[in-house]
Amino acid sequence: MSQPTTQAKAAPAGGRPRRSLLARQDSRAGITMVLPAVIVIVAIIIVPLAWNLILAFERTSFSTVAANGIFNPLTLDNFIGILTDSGFWNTIGTTVIYSVCSTLGSIIVGLIASLAFRKPFRSRGVFRSFMLLPYVAPVVAVTFVWQIMLNPQFGIVNSVGKSYLGWEHPINFLGQAPTALMTVIGFEIWRYFPFAFLFITARMAGLPRDLEEAALVDGVTPWQNFRFVILPQLMPVIALLSVLRLIMTFNKFDDIFLLTGGGAGTQVAAVRVYNQLLGNFDIGGAAANAFVLSAILAGSLFVYVKFIASRAEDES
Amino acid sequence: MSTTTSRTRVTRGGTTRAVAQKRVFGFLRWFVIVVMTIVTLFPFYYMIELSFVPIQDLLVDPTRLWVPIHDFTLKTYQDVLKSTSQGGQGFAGFMVNSALVATATAVVTIVLAIPSSYAIARLKFFGYRQVSTVFLIVYMFPVIIIAIPLFVGFSALGIRESLVGLTIVYIAQTIPVSVHMLRSYLKTIPVSIEEAAMMDGASRSRILTQITLPLAMPTIVSTALYVFMIAWNEFLFALLFLTADRNLWTVSLGLSQLSNGIEVSKTVLMAGSVLLTVPIIVLYGLTERALSEGLTSGADKG
Repeated sequence: MSQPTTQAKAAPAGGRPRRSLLARQDSRAGITMVLPAVIVIVAIIIVPLAWNLILAFERTSFSTVAANGIFNPLTLDNFIGILTDSGFWNTIGTTVIYSVCSTLGSIIVGLIASLAFRKPFRSRGVFRSFMLLPYVAPVVAVTFVWQIMLNPQFGIVNSVGKSYLGWEHPINFLGQAPTALMTVIGFEIWRYFPFAFLFITARMAGLPRDLEEAALVDGVTPWQNFRFVILPQLMPVIALLSVLRLIMTFNKFDDIFLLTGGGAGTQVAAVRVYNQLLGNFDIGGAAANAFVLSAILAGSLFVYVKFIASRAEDES
Repeated sequence: MSTTTSRTRVTRGGTTRAVAQKRVFGFLRWFVIVVMTIVTLFPFYYMIELSFVPIQDLLVDPTRLWVPIHDFTLKTYQDVLKSTSQGGQGFAGFMVNSALVATATAVVTIVLAIPSSYAIARLKFFGYRQVSTVFLIVYMFPVIIIAIPLFVGFSALGIRESLVGLTIVYIAQTIPVSVHMLRSYLKTIPVSIEEAAMMDGASRSRILTQITLPLAMPTIVSTALYVFMIAWNEFLFALLFLTADRNLWTVSLGLSQLSNGIEVSKTVLMAGSVLLTVPIIVLYGLTERALSEGLTSGADKG
């Protein structure tokens, strides 16, 4: 390889012919540069994932892990225990309702907000950055404020309701069955509409103007303009958002744990796993539960990529 | 002939409807802007307001929306900041812990993320596609799943109840998103700049340190601040790792632990939430634009 101009026949990944010496140097440099980060990810995330799988097939508690390390007799008990437990299926049901409603709600609210902020007005930038505050603020702080605002004794929502809206009794928003889940979904929409707002606003800024101008010349109403010109162009980003938000909400732990602790009919899957781990010290059960959770997630993601994403690509 | 008239009619009908709708939407637009601003800002306003009053005032008049001057107090902040030995809640210590963890996370994550994002953006090395796919999957994966083995494993290694252990987890969690943000920015730097330098005989490492990094510095800084924010806000692993030792609590963990009890007054804890939130709002103010561009990069291409 003394001739640097030799065309590489086996240029790694990528069709352009390139100088093989440089390509090999680049390849080596690339691996060296990416290696430290990959090692950290493998050690802290990939290995634990694999270990989680092993734990799920073991009858483990803290004492057996301490005594035998990762080598415990394998069993299917954890999975049988979970899949035959009606509590597990209730949790999955709650999780699905929670993630679908929160995702839909936050996208719709985010879409409405970005439409309202579309035309420039004075200090629009400032108001736009206000919109993102619920998303960036620490979850512990905002859940605490919500708890205080919704408190039945001294919360501002209930006292306003009683004084001005004629409520006879304070509503225990976070403490009783149907309202708790609704409140948590409301919180989730409040906290994550900014995410949708951010993405939809970015996409809207990139929309070509000429299409809309042509439509306006043809005399379309604002609603028709939205429905037939803007919305179709936003669909790809909305689809992306739906997938992202669904996955992230499906695994959500913090928000519900902090608001209700998983009580009053709000026990979602992640909170259940936590309770199994620290409430019952049932490591195997928690691991199996987490595994089933990720299997459901991976399955739906696969279906999405296989059927919906490819169809959307065909259409566009 | 007949087609022309019908078209004119449609257009005319459409136009009056368009005017009416324009008026309705023009009003709705302002309505939405006002309502959304109130809904997003009110909890923060309420937090600040309650952090300056003694608890009795909240109980006497919960609907009040301002602080009368004679009720205004800073004692809540003194109470929450002072260490437990001085009869306070020790938030000053929690803030030091959070700051240490978040700073260490931001520095190490960026140091690891810069070379990997450069490699993924520029160098066609063996397996670069796989690496970026793995990063994406890691970013999407349920945190609760790795929480179990990490809890067990870190306990076994004896580093669970330490700020170092927590920092290690945060680093691994924030590398993928940092690589994503840095890589999308690096891709916008024209390759021709680097190629020109290469023609002049500069090596890859010189190009990286003397050309690419200075160009990317604003993005690097905002990514680092974003990582800092994630680490400062994080709750689950702090809860799993540090609950038993109050001296190691982060601000998030401290606030959540104390708000579960009834001993500490709610307005004192409100002062605590203000202290937890303010650094984040300040950092967000500094990085807002870069942050929204970095996070949504790729989304605007549909």
